[in-house]
Amino acid sequence: MFSNPDLQKLLFGRLTLDAVPLHEPILLVTFAMVGLGGVAVLGALTYFRLWGPLWRDWFTSVDHKKIGIMYIVLALVMLLRGFADALMMRAQQAMAFGPNEGYLPPHHYDQIFTAHGVIMIFFVAMPLVTGLMNFVVPLQIGARDVAFPFLNNFSFWMTVSGAVTVMASLFVGEFARTGWLAYPPLSGPAMSPGVGVDYYIWALQIAGIGTLLSGINLIATIVKMRAPGMTMMKMPVFTWTALCTNILIVAAFPILTAVLALLSLDRYVGTHFFSNDLGGNPMMYVNLVWIWGHPEVYILILPAFGVFSEIVSTFSSKRLFGYASMVYATVVITILSYLVWLHHFFTMGSGASVNSFFGITTMIISIPTGAKIFNWLFTMYKGRIRFEVPMLWTVGFMVTFVIGGMTGVLLAVPPADFVLHNSLFLIAHFHNVIIGGVLFGMLAGITYWFPKAFGFKLDEFWGKVSFWFWLTGFWFAFMPLYVLGLMGVTRRVQHFDDPSLQIWFVIAAFGALLILCGIAAFAVTLVVSVLRRDQLRDTTGDPWGGRTLEWATSSPPPDYNFAFTPVIHDHDAWWDMKKRGYARPLQGFKPIHMPKNTAAGLILGVLSIVFAFAMIWYIWWLAAVSFAAIAIVSIGHTFNYNRDFYIPADEVVRTEAQRTSLLAERV
Amino acid sequence: MVPDESMPVKTLRTLALLPVSGLLSGCNMVLMQPSGDIATRQRDLILASTGLMLLIIIPVIAFTLLFAWRYRASNTEAEYDPDWHHSTQLEVLIWSAPLVIVIALGALTWISTHTLDPYRPLSRLDADRPLPAGVKPLTVEVVALDWKWLFFYPDQGIATVNELAAPVDVPISFKITSATVMNSFFIPALAGQIYAMAGMETKLHAVINKAGTYEGLSANYSGSGFSRMNFKFHGLDQAGFDQWVAKVKAEGKPLDRQSYLALEKPSEREPVRYFSSVENGLYGAVLNMCAVPGKMCMNEMMHIDAMGGAGKESHANRARLEYDNRYAEQGIEAPAATVGGSGRESHSKEQPEGMKPKSIAPEVKPGAAPEHSGHGPMGHDHSGQGHSGQDRSGQDHSGHGGPAGDGKDSKGSDPVAPGQLNR
Repeated sequence: MFSNPDLQKLLFGRLTLDAVPLHEPILLVTFAMVGLGGVAVLGALTYFRLWGPLWRDWFTSVDHKKIGIMYIVLALVMLLRGFADALMMRAQQAMAFGPNEGYLPPHHYDQIFTAHGVIMIFFVAMPLVTGLMNFVVPLQIGARDVAFPFLNNFSFWMTVSGAVTVMASLFVGEFARTGWLAYPPLSGPAMSPGVGVDYYIWALQIAGIGTLLSGINLIATIVKMRAPGMTMMKMPVFTWTALCTNILIVAAFPILTAVLALLSLDRYVGTHFFSNDLGGNPMMYVNLVWIWGHPEVYILILPAFGVFSEIVSTFSSKRLFGYASMVYATVVITILSYLVWLHHFFTMGSGASVNSFFGITTMIISIPTGAKIFNWLFTMYKGRIRFEVPMLWTVGFMVTFVIGGMTGVLLAVPPADFVLHNSLFLIAHFHNVIIGGVLFGMLAGITYWFPKAFGFKLDEFWGKVSFWFWLTGFWFAFMPLYVLGLMGVTRRVQHFDDPSLQIWFVIAAFGALLILCGIAAFAVTLVVSVLRRDQLRDTTGDPWGGRTLEWATSSPPPDYNFAFTPVIHDHDAWWDMKKRGYARPLQGFKPIHMPKNTAAGLILGVLSIVFAFAMIWYIWWLAAVSFAAIAIVSIGHTFNYNRDFYIPADEVVRTEAQRTSLLAERV
Repeated sequence: MVPDESMPVKTLRTLALLPVSGLLSGCNMVLMQPSGDIATRQRDLILASTGLMLLIIIPVIAFTLLFAWRYRASNTEAEYDPDWHHSTQLEVLIWSAPLVIVIALGALTWISTHTLDPYRPLSRLDADRPLPAGVKPLTVEVVALDWKWLFFYPDQGIATVNELAAPVDVPISFKITSATVMNSFFIPALAGQIYAMAGMETKLHAVINKAGTYEGLSANYSGSGFSRMNFKFHGLDQAGFDQWVAKVKAEGKPLDRQSYLALEKPSEREPVRYFSSVENGLYGAVLNMCAVPGKMCMNEMMHIDAMGGAGKESHANRARLEYDNRYAEQGIEAPAATVGGSGRESHSKEQPEGMKPKSIAPEVKPGAAPEHSGHGPMGHDHSGQGHSGQDRSGQDHSGHGGPAGDGKDSKGSDPVAPGQLNR
């Protein structure tokens, strides 16, 4: 590009045209597809003149409902990427036997399994969880928005920036080839000098800021903004799990930030925290990363438990069994999740007493978890169970998750872990709890709250098709992995010699295809539901016979959620209101104080992508400029005093009158 | 020492095996049919724990399906009690049932973790045979390299690459380390795995009870050659083992420091290699990350630190303690290197075969690295401290002793981006 290498280095750092993988057919096709798809989307947006509404009503919105929905859209988009990685791995492992090398050489395969893990945890599961909490929690506690609406928007855009950074690695340079937790010294500067690990670090650092701030935001919201009368022990269980999850986020994510910062220092300025030499100690990294990593598991699963608690009582038309023990179980899990991290590396050679301590604390977590399962079971007991799609996911979860829980406790027995660690048995275990627990929970939650968000239910037939494909696909894809683990097959292997293993990998690949059908059916559900939205319309705001406050308002809720802040007298506030013959107030509306939209979050997000890119490619001038810009915009935003407005009373009257007439039509 | 766990364990094992055995009799589940006593006991533990947990898991699944069916909305016969949400007896039951299982499992865990601690010397050969008095275990020193395994047999004075052998019914004492990133040493038929980490030694005690050839592997991902970092483990009778040792001695070449350094360089699909003799103290040097002449040994540095450290003067040791970047210094690609680090494209169609120096990389002579060592203040007082004296064999101390940061002078043409080398 430039004849003078010094000048080129100054301007572009280590970025050269060679970094664009034009010679990699798989990536080229992906690139072309993404490009064409992108052009099509942009064209459609322009043609239908959607840029304005998109910007005004969504991108700059500080409305918790819209931000929640955007989080979930982000997660579903990233699910496609993460699942494409999964399919590629399944295909490679199903064919790479003996003389057949498969189609992915190690350096490509290694990036794929790393990207799969990173994307599925950080950019699918996390946004699903955060999105659902964002949408539901303020509604459930009778609030008009979260405590810090701008911070919410900013958190979302930081998560998007992290996701964009990961996606950029596909087309410029490479992604990490280290496994999803990037253990040093493999991820250190000597062993991984390329940009892959830097992409990993900066994507997680940026998204981590978003996650942490959103955690603070939701804690403040739940602690300070509950409707009058809603004491802690009257909060809906989903809100309880959201509170515990966000406490875990606030306590755990700084550890990840710190450990990645130390790794960055190793990589950028030549410190030796985690190298083999000069007194560095890679074992420190492994400990620190799992002190974040294990609570992270509960960050994901607790909200799913909350979703199931809401669904099981709604669809059994019965009050949740053992509310208090459910809450205590959640809190106990929250605390214990900090005392188990070492079970991820029993094989590092800690003494027997240390290993047994962490093994036994891990088993103790199964007690509150078991109590939760029993509580759901006894909620179904003497209920009237309607098997609509969310309830199907719940029963599917209960049957699937207990198997994953059992194999998890088995892995907590250190001598058993010595043979099962790093094996496909372990892979099967955590997919069993993450798919069977978190993902089923999130899909159940999406189906359950979709009518609240959009005013119409999801199509039931296609929803059931999706459920059954997911469920059978899961069993086909992961039961063979349990077997392979017992055959001594370990993870992250790109090629096998023993042909007798192949049949199991073929079955697993078949399972992955069934899951693909499940994902496709979910997409069909969305399309069919939008097309049939008039038949599926929910005019009541309470399509399932709900129990908690979010069903008290219209679907979709007005910007201000509740015209009057509800007063709570009992658990299951809305059920209680219905029982007492609650009458919607029809007059006396006042102007409502609301936060104003702002573009600052999006601008900071874009600047963060630029900063990350500059740091990854050593373009120091750009890093300095973008960092300065981030600081200036952040400080500048604090001088923006024009942050709120009032929804005039007559607009509230209009909105509420509309709802009144809708409700009347139905009767 | 061994708790009398066999009776309930066997019952539970049968319980756990019932549904599994018919289904999977066709495939070779090495973890379920191991050939070493440790792995056998680990298998029994897996089955016992699974059996214990199934006591609660099976009823839960059964009741979930039963309740889901029984209380379906269309079944108006079933009792419906929308406000029933508490029962103290049931609450006690649902918390205590898992508690009882966890107490049992916790006890099993505590005992088995101690009895099966890989650091604990064996107390028996198998379930029926205690360890005969006076039996000397076979010591094997294991080194994980990029991407092959090096085994030292200090008692036999031999070494092998990617092939391990041991006599049946003789305890084996493994000492495990790595000369590179973290790996995990795992022979599924013999015993559980343990990590191999540079600058550290982990231990594993095991015994093989059946003659045969078994798979060994690295269970922890370590870079692009990881998938083929396998070896064969031969369980042989005593005569067979002696023959094997004789064969290694006859066919092998000596392993000295130079040939070790050549071997250490990253390579994939390394064939089996034999070494008839081993330079004295080589394993200790590898363990202490000072096999490269001129590098300071970890134990030496630790000794200095233990004596109170060397103050500012220890700066001169810096280059002698740098280790991870030794390949990059020689212009050899790092294990996971691509653009920037090595000049290798970040994506290529080709399978990377071995890690050869790139032509664009500056040729650095193998002896170049230690040139920085100089005779710093550290060189003075430790030769007689009982550390592996052979580490000093390089005798490069008369080198120019320049500052450790020499490399900074070369700019621009250096394919290794700034900040990539730890200097």
